[in-house]
Amino acid sequence: MNAANRHEAVLQYAVRLGDDALVLGHRLSEWCSNAPFLEEDLALTNVALDYIGRARMFYSYAAELSGDGRSEDSFAYLRDCREFTNLLLHELPRGDFAFTMARQYLVDEYALAFMEALLESADPQLAGIAAKAVKESRYHLRRSRDWMLRLGDGTEESHRRLQSAIDDLWGYTHELFELDELEQELVAAGIAVDSAALRPAWDAAVRATLDEATIAVPAGDWSVRGGRQGIHTESLGHLLSELQFMQRAYPGLEW
Amino acid sequence: MTTEHHEQDLAALEQRFQARIDAEEKIEPKDWMPEKYRQNLIRQISQHAHSEVIGMQPEGNWITRAPSLHRKCILLAKVQDEGGHGLYLYSAAETLGASREEMNQALHDGRAKYASIFNYPALTWADIGAIGWLVDGAAIVNQVSLQRTSYGPYARGMVRICKEESFHQRQGYHIMMTLARGTAEQKAMAQDSLNRFWWPSLMMFGPHDAESAHSAQSMKWKIKRQSNDELRQKFVDQSVKQAEVIGLSIPDPDLQWNEQRGHYDFGDIDWEEFNRVINGDGPCNRQRLAHHVKAHEEGQWVRDAISAHEAKKRQRNDRQAA
Amino acid sequence: MSEHMKLYEVFIRSRRGLDHKHVGSLHAEDPAQALEYARDVYTRRSEGVSIWVVNSSDIVASQEGDCESFYDPLDDKPYRHATHYQLPDEVNNM
Repeated sequence: MNAANRHEAVLQYAVRLGDDALVLGHRLSEWCSNAPFLEEDLALTNVALDYIGRARMFYSYAAELSGDGRSEDSFAYLRDCREFTNLLLHELPRGDFAFTMARQYLVDEYALAFMEALLESADPQLAGIAAKAVKESRYHLRRSRDWMLRLGDGTEESHRRLQSAIDDLWGYTHELFELDELEQELVAAGIAVDSAALRPAWDAAVRATLDEATIAVPAGDWSVRGGRQGIHTESLGHLLSELQFMQRAYPGLEW
Repeated sequence: MTTEHHEQDLAALEQRFQARIDAEEKIEPKDWMPEKYRQNLIRQISQHAHSEVIGMQPEGNWITRAPSLHRKCILLAKVQDEGGHGLYLYSAAETLGASREEMNQALHDGRAKYASIFNYPALTWADIGAIGWLVDGAAIVNQVSLQRTSYGPYARGMVRICKEESFHQRQGYHIMMTLARGTAEQKAMAQDSLNRFWWPSLMMFGPHDAESAHSAQSMKWKIKRQSNDELRQKFVDQSVKQAEVIGLSIPDPDLQWNEQRGHYDFGDIDWEEFNRVINGDGPCNRQRLAHHVKAHEEGQWVRDAISAHEAKKRQRNDRQAA
Repeated sequence: MSEHMKLYEVFIRSRRGLDHKHVGSLHAEDPAQALEYARDVYTRRSEGVSIWVVNSSDIVASQEGDCESFYDPLDDKPYRHATHYQLPDEVNNM
């Protein structure tokens, strides 16, 4: 990879990580005033704020790399569905509380390991963002793991809901550990995280938690992928139409 | 104890209680207090708490549509603060023996009220500005006064809330300022929002002193420290200048500086509208309550799971200990 | 809520070197969750460096009726206060 290509590749990589954080933060923010009780409402919002903050850091870095006057908001508000490159797991509609927490747990186990690895990135800005994200994700994981145990080993209903959430989410976890050419090249350059290498530890941790929560590990016989190539679930278009409404209805204004 | 003795004791206790209030001492949870004082406080604090929590909805309705990531973070943090303030207030009411569950039930049954302003819809982004500037502005005027309320936990909650709320009003005003300095379309959006939220904001201070059901006793007990009309005047006086600075006009033809009083005179409030909205017939009353009930009902299985899980854990611990 | 979760009192040390101070209460399933919620509810502006949570029912409080026997006896010992001793101005910051 020559310098110009690498520059562009890092930009795209930052946008991918920004997209992951933004769409998940968006889904979490939908819980505001809808949580099962007030304490949890505040706690979920804190996680949402962490993720939107994370998106802003990645986008700002991408904007800086672009050097063409784009801002964090250009990435969030002015790209369409096919240009978004988040992993699908992050964009799925929030579902019930079990679905949200199960997704969060699966993401948190991944995100913590991912950000710990990104700390070692040869790109100091990415490593800097990771340093902040690691602290947040450590706390997120502590919370979401506790919820897995509570819901899995709670009532029959909570068990059933959690099991069904895990079943419905499972097929979206595979692409977390897949690298396309761009990421492979960045891994080789010591910049990106080799997410494939995170899989064994993630598998072990998730299996241990599911086991403790009395939840069965789903059979791995289905998978959906495509987020990094902009092949999304239909839900993303609706998410974007809400997220981008103001910028689309009133183009180019300051708010 | 005979009834007569009992009444004498009660009178003595009440006298001592009032003396303590008159001496500006705070009343604390374990202190003796007249049952009516307790009931009055529970009513006011829970109503205040419900207002914070229901107040999350009109603004919450814009979180996913905020026009920039920066504004989105501000709004999310702000709405979260409202939830936090609700929680501080429920916590204060709980020191008086009211449970969160009971207070929620009273809200759902329509026995407990919340600020009528939240029954108006937030239709445009400018409404997020107007709500922060005017609605939080009005709330702060009231809350600053309540920092000196006679019940300790309520007063301390207010101090905490006031400290956090100052950013709420400022961010709202900043939105309005940005719109007022923007395109003609943006300025019109801001003016339209001010037009819709001005009068309901004035209604937030409640009926005129003469017509306020709870006022006299609340003032005597120093639950309230300033009257509805005094606080409303303070709010009008401060808002006029703020509107002027950003070139928006307050929708009141009778608004005029009164040199003699040293205050602004302002037009009559539509009390019929106020009563209609507070009694359930506002634009969003049904949605606001339904939203809260729905979240509560959908959360039932989660809360049940928590108790079940906790019980199982306790059983396991007991077995291990045995 | 009371039927589901216990009430916890929250105490926060805002800076190293200061005492923990009571800030309010919240509901949680167990002490660990109470600690997490205390973080989310009461330290949104990084108001704390240390949090205590205590099950409300575990607090033993003095009663107003005890006041006379609890505190009044301590009220007649002015010699325990620095202001009791009149010293010359030159050394009065002692």
